[in-house]
Amino acid sequence: MEAEAAKFLGAGIACIGMGTAGIGLGHIFGNYLAGAIRNPAAADGQFGRLIFGFAVTEALGIFSLLIALILLFG
Amino acid sequence: MAYDPIHQFHIEKLIPIEIGGVDLSFTNSSLFMALTVAGASAFLLLATRNRRLIPSRGQSAAELTYQFVENTLKDSAGSAGMKFFPFVFTLFMFILVANLWGMFPYFFTVTSHIIVTAALSLTVIIVVLFYGFWKNGLGFLKLFVPSGVPKVLLPFITLIEVLSFISRPISLSIRLFANMLAGHITLKVFAGFVVALGSAGFLGILGAILPLIATVALTALEFLVAALQAYVFAILTCLYLNDAIHPGH
Repeated sequence: MEAEAAKFLGAGIACIGMGTAGIGLGHIFGNYLAGAIRNPAAADGQFGRLIFGFAVTEALGIFSLLIALILLFG
Repeated sequence: MAYDPIHQFHIEKLIPIEIGGVDLSFTNSSLFMALTVAGASAFLLLATRNRRLIPSRGQSAAELTYQFVENTLKDSAGSAGMKFFPFVFTLFMFILVANLWGMFPYFFTVTSHIIVTAALSLTVIIVVLFYGFWKNGLGFLKLFVPSGVPKVLLPFITLIEVLSFISRPISLSIRLFANMLAGHITLKVFAGFVVALGSAGFLGILGAILPLIATVALTALEFLVAALQAYVFAILTCLYLNDAIHPGH
């Protein structure tokens, strides 16, 4: 296989990680929303934790995006 | 060249300066960092110039940002963390204003360069390490040894905790940098679709409406991301400072 072709394939494969991070983020926001609907009074107090979980999970997706960008442009 | 989505991140020397073989040129990155500091200072100084008990609109905006960061810091690090308020507020305002400056077309985004975000996140981690060891002495190392863990698992847990601490500056800097980089590349790519389709005749112009709508929507999303990433950076700084103030929790 040509090295250039392998680079593009690798960039595409690296993007799978972004999809899985998307699943994780969906879980976080979905569960937050479910909890917030059951107990709206407690929802605002947990916003910081929501964002913390979002940031930590999103970082993993961003790492794979970074790999893809390095393969494409690096 | 016109469709190259990476070109917007190119650093150009505006005033070349070289002292003793070290390149200290005033670049477009330096210009926008100066603009960021000027923008944030001007906003806060002008908004609080005529302080009144019943605040004007500008004063309310400045007070809102102040209280927002104050609540974030108090919620995550307790009132003992308030001595770090100037540090966290400066970081928050710098990142927020830098991200918002970057949203103007043809403007340079300071935070889309990893060297800038790495310097910011290393500052945070160095402050956490110094303050943690200064305040708690070797007790700071309790951070890596959680209580109530079975003896057999303890070496592994400690290893994982150390690794997670080491990855903090990496993830803190890469999150901000990659978010801004990816967002601006996406905007540019969709804008490129509009140009490419628009030059392909009447049907192309009809087709170009879709990516144009996408560009408008993405611009709105990027404003959200710009504010959210500044908040995320601030809240993670607060949580890491909390580790330094109260280790072993």
